[in-house]
Amino acid sequence: MALTIAEVEHVALLARLSLSQEEKEQMAEQLGAILEYADRLKMVNTEDIEPLDNILPISNVFREDVVENSPERDEMLANAPMAEDGQYKVPKIL
Amino acid sequence: MQLCDLTIHQLKSLLEKKEATAEEILDSCLVRIQAVEPKVRAFITVLEDSAREIARAIDKQGNYQGLAGIPYGLKDVFCTRGVKTTCASRMLENFVPNYDATAVSRLIEAGAVMVGKLNMDEFAMGSSTEHSAFFPTHNPWDYNRVPGGSSGGSAAAVAAGEIPFSLGSDTGGSVRQPAAYCGVVGIKPTYGRISRWGVIAYASSLDQVGVLTRDVADCALVLKTISGYDPLDSTSINIEVPNYPDSLQDDIRGLKIAYPREYFQQGVDEQVKAAVMQALKTYESLGAVVDEVSLPHSEYALPAYYLVANAEASANLAKYDGVRYGLRDFSAENVVDMFSQSRAQGFGPEVKRRIMLGTYALSAGYYEAYYLKALKVRRLLKNDFDQVFENFDVIAAPTTPTVAFKIGEQVGDPLTLYMNDILTVPVNMAGLPGMSIPCGFADGMPIGLQLIGKPFAESTIIKAAYAFEQATSFHLAKPALGVK
Amino acid sequence: MKKYDYEIVIGLEVHVELKTNTKIFCGCPNSFGAEPNTNVCPICAGFPGMLPVLNKRAVEFAIRAGLALNCEIASYCKFDRKNYFYPDLPKAYQISQYDLPICANGYLDIYVDGQSKRIGIVRAHLEEDAGKLVHQGSITETAFSLVDLNRSGVPLLEIVSQPDMRSAAEARQYLEKLRSTMLFAGVSDCKMQEGSLRCDANVSVRPWGEKELGVRTEIKNLNSFRALEKAIEYEARRHMDLLDDDEVIERETRTWDEEKQVTRSMRSKEEAHDYRYFPEPDLPPLVIDPEWVKSIAQSMPELPDQAQRRLMDEYGLPPYDVAIITSTPQYLAYFDQCVAEYPQPKTVANWMMGELNKYLNQGNMDIAECLIKPGQLAGLLQMVDDGSISGKMAKDIFAEMFASGKDAPTIVKEKGLAQISDQDTLMRIIEEVLQSNPKVVADYRGGKQKAAGFLVGQVMKATKGQANPALVNQLIDKCLSAE
Repeated sequence: MALTIAEVEHVALLARLSLSQEEKEQMAEQLGAILEYADRLKMVNTEDIEPLDNILPISNVFREDVVENSPERDEMLANAPMAEDGQYKVPKIL
Repeated sequence: MQLCDLTIHQLKSLLEKKEATAEEILDSCLVRIQAVEPKVRAFITVLEDSAREIARAIDKQGNYQGLAGIPYGLKDVFCTRGVKTTCASRMLENFVPNYDATAVSRLIEAGAVMVGKLNMDEFAMGSSTEHSAFFPTHNPWDYNRVPGGSSGGSAAAVAAGEIPFSLGSDTGGSVRQPAAYCGVVGIKPTYGRISRWGVIAYASSLDQVGVLTRDVADCALVLKTISGYDPLDSTSINIEVPNYPDSLQDDIRGLKIAYPREYFQQGVDEQVKAAVMQALKTYESLGAVVDEVSLPHSEYALPAYYLVANAEASANLAKYDGVRYGLRDFSAENVVDMFSQSRAQGFGPEVKRRIMLGTYALSAGYYEAYYLKALKVRRLLKNDFDQVFENFDVIAAPTTPTVAFKIGEQVGDPLTLYMNDILTVPVNMAGLPGMSIPCGFADGMPIGLQLIGKPFAESTIIKAAYAFEQATSFHLAKPALGVK
Repeated sequence: MKKYDYEIVIGLEVHVELKTNTKIFCGCPNSFGAEPNTNVCPICAGFPGMLPVLNKRAVEFAIRAGLALNCEIASYCKFDRKNYFYPDLPKAYQISQYDLPICANGYLDIYVDGQSKRIGIVRAHLEEDAGKLVHQGSITETAFSLVDLNRSGVPLLEIVSQPDMRSAAEARQYLEKLRSTMLFAGVSDCKMQEGSLRCDANVSVRPWGEKELGVRTEIKNLNSFRALEKAIEYEARRHMDLLDDDEVIERETRTWDEEKQVTRSMRSKEEAHDYRYFPEPDLPPLVIDPEWVKSIAQSMPELPDQAQRRLMDEYGLPPYDVAIITSTPQYLAYFDQCVAEYPQPKTVANWMMGELNKYLNQGNMDIAECLIKPGQLAGLLQMVDDGSISGKMAKDIFAEMFASGKDAPTIVKEKGLAQISDQDTLMRIIEEVLQSNPKVVADYRGGKQKAAGFLVGQVMKATKGQANPALVNQLIDKCLSAE
């Protein structure tokens, strides 16, 4: 079942992706198909099954609270599309 | 036979005997690159000058330990200090990191010579390298076919003799599948074995660095070099790394090999099945014990994988917002539009699709039905493997259901494309080590045999792979290339 | 039209920056006031391929804070990603804790009208701070903002209270108690003006006796204790007015406008927040051994509650004084040191809450910057006690001490301010005053008792206030009644 255009638009806003009308329609159809395929998971009985969110048998991985030198600021700004006064520059918030 | 066609261990022996220099080896690779690149298109960036500098320095030093003087390439998912790292995306077309991935640092320390950055599916999302934002890579065995993906450039370059080894990354099969399609050896070790630091993330709980080589011995050597705990990656495990080259023994008598019946069912090409069955016979003849088993949840691995991987991807790729690096749409007048338009322009269709799917799977009202359900199925998948490994040492299966398909054949149908990964994703979901080695040909295209091991038992699958390689000659076949 | 009597219900969400040396997931310095983007690395700037590694001390501080807040410490907890886009949030997700916080089910006791009241704490969880967004020029005219990531990745503890407070004053008391508790535990500087203590308030109102909670609004941008009180008062009043007019209260986030002293709606383009929390795959979980918690508990310094009990039990100080003296560990230490040398706690408390606070506030100073050391204050009070100076003189000398840091005896000596308590000297002056004021003397003798006051005043004037007033009174009385 294809998603509705409204659903696509809602998800696209959450994901901050601006989509053309054509992309929205395509997305509605393709996501619908993929989700339909994913719906077969419903056939699996997962009662009493703990979700697996840690594949590794480890815990408590720490670093000590010791200062390391930060890189030169220019290095951190070198890739910025816009920078000014040592800061990243962005259009204003609405 | 040119220098560039040799394996690492052959090159090492020449270097140690002073029968070749690092620069000569590099030159041979560069000549091959120049000859085949117009057809293969494996490289996004070739670093001739810096490679030559390193090779010369090593020759000057005259110490050829480790990987000193051996050329290699990196999937463009590995961050390289001072070298453009694009992830084959318009988003990062001009991104130059100020850091090296840990795996790269270890290769640098070992004296290996980085020749360039290799093509891939954008942000490692894809199985054909057709989703590179720049250009598709071609399979050296048949230029009309895909090399697989997402580490397609890494596999094609090794297969075409451009470099003796490369690194890739494997989230759902992205090292093993292209290795199978290109007839080379590819290993994805256990999750946690190699540091992910500096490897641009697709799906953090599944991503693992992999190695592509021309034979198993090379694979063992490179794997040994880059494996091990890294304090910068909280998910790299702090246990001893065995000396993998010690596992290169051909005596596998008594080794217990299971083949899961679900991996030979519908959708798996008859010739592929036959080649893998033949490989199992070879194992029996070498004294291994081979038996059929069941991994009952296998059919659910792929949908569960796509939900987990893309949910994580939707967060991992959110950082590309045009603020600190990457593509920005300068026409936007406010920040929300700047984010949305920059991302729309920077990402290709497959990346957008996966971000959308992952965002949907995590969004209010769908989290439990999709994301959480997938994590539960993930547990069941792992339990399946655990059970089999109570009685077996290795699981053997085809790496892919078919051989490499034609370029353009599967574009536009995401679900069909996803099916390429159906036999590789369960291994990532369970965090296990998996390897693909050449085991035959169908229609002139290589077939991959997948060997899966227990967690951190890379030595066992390397041993099994080596024994098979010693008993067969598939790994010696080379593509014609059709160039001078 | 006023329809009901209302009850105000308040819950606070407080963010406390933990004063570790480094950020929570990378080795960049955790320090305030550095040049923009100088404490920034690829990890805290959210560069591709970067991974977090948890600062152990941040976890220790969280446990210590949790214990100080009377919380249960989780034996197992994990981190989650909270997803939202904002230019100061480099990864576009904040690493936080969603369903399994490190601390839960705690409380703090406050004093309301002399009665102890318990405010519940739902949870306290660890997370990373975001950077800072600075607007270029005026917010209405500028086309651009600038992003400074120095603060990005600073460890935060978010402490969520139960909706247990019933007035702005209670909310303030709770926040003050929370602050002093964090200061005593030694986990944070809690400087509101620097943002190391930040507070959001959830406010609702309901008719008296009603069980159901009213619709709540969340107020952000409360940068001082005063703003907290004012904003809650304003917002509660707004709710009541809306209800009285049969209007609907919208559940929303509002901001406190310090200039206009009103709350304003913060409408965002995103219609609904959907943070899409999911477990952080880059960080293994935390398994907290009870032994670890125990060792942290054993190293816990005295907390405000213990100190308050001590001051009340040992010194009999009233709760009001005690709350002020235990507001910061430095303040309490000052008190304790002063009392050690001058064992009259109530007098010390009065001076600290009176003169000392007055000058500290005037100078916008911290007690650590005060030039008068506790021993010097004790010395001053001693001089009042032994009659060397009067109480009035002591206040002037205190001002001098506060400005110069000199001892009280030094100032008294330099300025010749010592109190005249010598009877012979005083008698000579009294006799002169009596002689030059025969009419007043006659009035007194005629029964006008009040006339004595004038005579005392004349003696004080003649001695520039240095005469011991009690003694002068006594002597004049003696002289006049003798005849």
